[in-house]
Amino acid sequence: MTTAPAISTARGTTAIRSENVCRHYRMGENVIRAVDGVSLHVQSGDFVALLGSSGSGKSSMLNLIAGLDRPTSGTVIVQERDLAKLSREELAKYRLHVVGMVFQSFNLIPSMTVAENVELPLRFAEVDRSRRQSMAHEALERVGLKARLDHRPSELSGGEQQRVALARALINRPQLLLADEPTGNLDSHTGTEIMNILRDFNRELGMTVVMVTHERALAQRYAQRMIFLADGKLMDDRANDPQAVLGGHS
Amino acid sequence: MKVPDLAELAVRNLRESLLRNSLTTVGISVGVASLVAMLSLGIGLQQLASRRLVKSGLFDTIIVSSRREMRGMGREEERNGPIPGESRVLDEPARLEIEKMPNVAEAFPDIRFATEIRFEDKPHLTMISALPESARTNDAFDGMQGGFFSSDNAPEAILQKAFAEELLGKTPPLGAPEPNVAELARPLLGKELVMLYAQRAATPSQPSSGAPNLASEDFVGASYSVVSREQRLKIVGVSDLDPESMRGPTRAKVFLPLKLAETLHVMQQTDLREISRAASDQPVYSSISVRVKNPAQIQVVEDAIKKMGFTTFSIADASRGLRQFFGVLYAFLGIFGSLALMVASIGIVNTLVMAILERRREIGIMKAIGASDGDVKKLFFAEAGAMGILGGMLGVVLGWAIGQVINFGTNVYLKRQSLPPEHFWAVPWWLVGFAIGFAFVVSLVSGLYPAGRAAKLDPVQALRYE
Repeated sequence: MTTAPAISTARGTTAIRSENVCRHYRMGENVIRAVDGVSLHVQSGDFVALLGSSGSGKSSMLNLIAGLDRPTSGTVIVQERDLAKLSREELAKYRLHVVGMVFQSFNLIPSMTVAENVELPLRFAEVDRSRRQSMAHEALERVGLKARLDHRPSELSGGEQQRVALARALINRPQLLLADEPTGNLDSHTGTEIMNILRDFNRELGMTVVMVTHERALAQRYAQRMIFLADGKLMDDRANDPQAVLGGHS
Repeated sequence: MKVPDLAELAVRNLRESLLRNSLTTVGISVGVASLVAMLSLGIGLQQLASRRLVKSGLFDTIIVSSRREMRGMGREEERNGPIPGESRVLDEPARLEIEKMPNVAEAFPDIRFATEIRFEDKPHLTMISALPESARTNDAFDGMQGGFFSSDNAPEAILQKAFAEELLGKTPPLGAPEPNVAELARPLLGKELVMLYAQRAATPSQPSSGAPNLASEDFVGASYSVVSREQRLKIVGVSDLDPESMRGPTRAKVFLPLKLAETLHVMQQTDLREISRAASDQPVYSSISVRVKNPAQIQVVEDAIKKMGFTTFSIADASRGLRQFFGVLYAFLGIFGSLALMVASIGIVNTLVMAILERRREIGIMKAIGASDGDVKKLFFAEAGAMGILGGMLGVVLGWAIGQVINFGTNVYLKRQSLPPEHFWAVPWWLVGFAIGFAFVVSLVSGLYPAGRAAKLDPVQALRYE
């Protein structure tokens, strides 16, 4: 494993801070309060699970942290950047260099091979072709897919596709890994494999992981903190000891 | 994103919707082909006109006239010189002075007069002009029926085809096909014409001894007399082309050898103006044709003659006008040719807007993993540009092929009409570069709206799109 560690601030410093953040949508006459006054703090190196039922606002909160969306009011500060104040160009750079994202539906580009999908963020970062290829190989080696470099996503299983997505999220060595229901489309065995990789990223590379899930058991097995959302509001924020759930087996 | 990466991704994306993108590219190529076809026709016609002018020998000819001829015309170029009435007279000493100039091959007077010709006792009014021996090689006499004058003072005439038609009463009605010059020449060659003309005699009591066929009465003037005379002329040639095409309405239809014309002392228009000089032995000319040794020197010679106080005209002036005309022609042909390209550009907009709809999720993914608005915009620009360049290249080939086919077809037609083949279709390298560049620019402009729309897509909305 030769992939360089993510550029991470020291464990224990604040990685994410949101203050009374709101994200409201207008649907005709109605106002949808997807996120409604959520304040939370995530320390660098934490593995945090955002839990809640469908429509609770957990994915909307993740999009705000990812810089894909802007809050209607309140602030989201990540690594001392107030995302609401960043321009579209600066937000793109933030997503490129600070954040890695994994989605429930993998979101790989079907017309590209595995290697091309993984090195796509490096094209946006204008990294040289030769360096790009070696970095993509390293990232795919880390997720155990080096043998499938030239395959198309459609030729891979769901678990393999999610591992490609993880390699892509890892490629720019981000400080923050955001995962939106990463096991939602996988069977439990494959889901466990993916979660183990996420945990490895968190432990070995020091990446801060924020994972959205509706599976409480999954959160309990891997997350150090569990934040519960309902109707866009933060309902509970509690520490969790995954070691206890796993019986000290990691 | 770096340019090679952009190009690679653009080509990859274009390959994904091969049929649609190919059809759009074909649309561009048809547009470019029409542009190339129109412009290459214009260029070919200009080259054809230039070739014709060069072959005619007119490029090495300067027509010199006295500013005195310009009295009352008020032309800009004349206002800057001496007052026309006081300017130098174009007489024999002036002609000799011009002929001695460096780079001048010959300077001969333009003897030109309107008079009556009788053929088979029927009168015909026409313009007559004298030709020097050097006109024998003029391109206008290529394909002439009969031959050139046997000598420079032979009582012979060459007819222009239109006058031959008139003599035979075969002038075709407007729009009807013209009779063949060989058919016209057959009954005329060797026949005799009678030219009636007014002779300028030095004094009323001393008619020119060399003047043949004294006809009738003398007109007594202030210092010279005008005598009505006849000259018999043998028809030796009938010319298909018009050697005096640049003369406009004063162009002649019957040509005599120069020396013969000089000995006839035909009354010229200038004789009335230069009445005192006309009575002397030194003739006064309305204009002189000056042939230079090298067409490249025409401007130098023209300037030197102007300094002598004369007005000059050369085909170099006409070719300036010709260039202006072809400039306007290019503009019109280019506009019409571009119309098809404009229509094709709408196809590009349509294709790219469809691509945005199809690749909405892909755009969302790219934005989620760090693509900026600029990256997405550039990607769509690159796709539009790639279609433009490819369409441009195909269009140039197609336009060239269309030109070859039309050229071939027209030459087959010309051959059937017993006319020499012509190459009036030209695709110069600059046109190839211009057409491809223009297609590229039009494609980029077409990509402006779709690229802007793709760049502004909300990534959250785009990622939700199925």
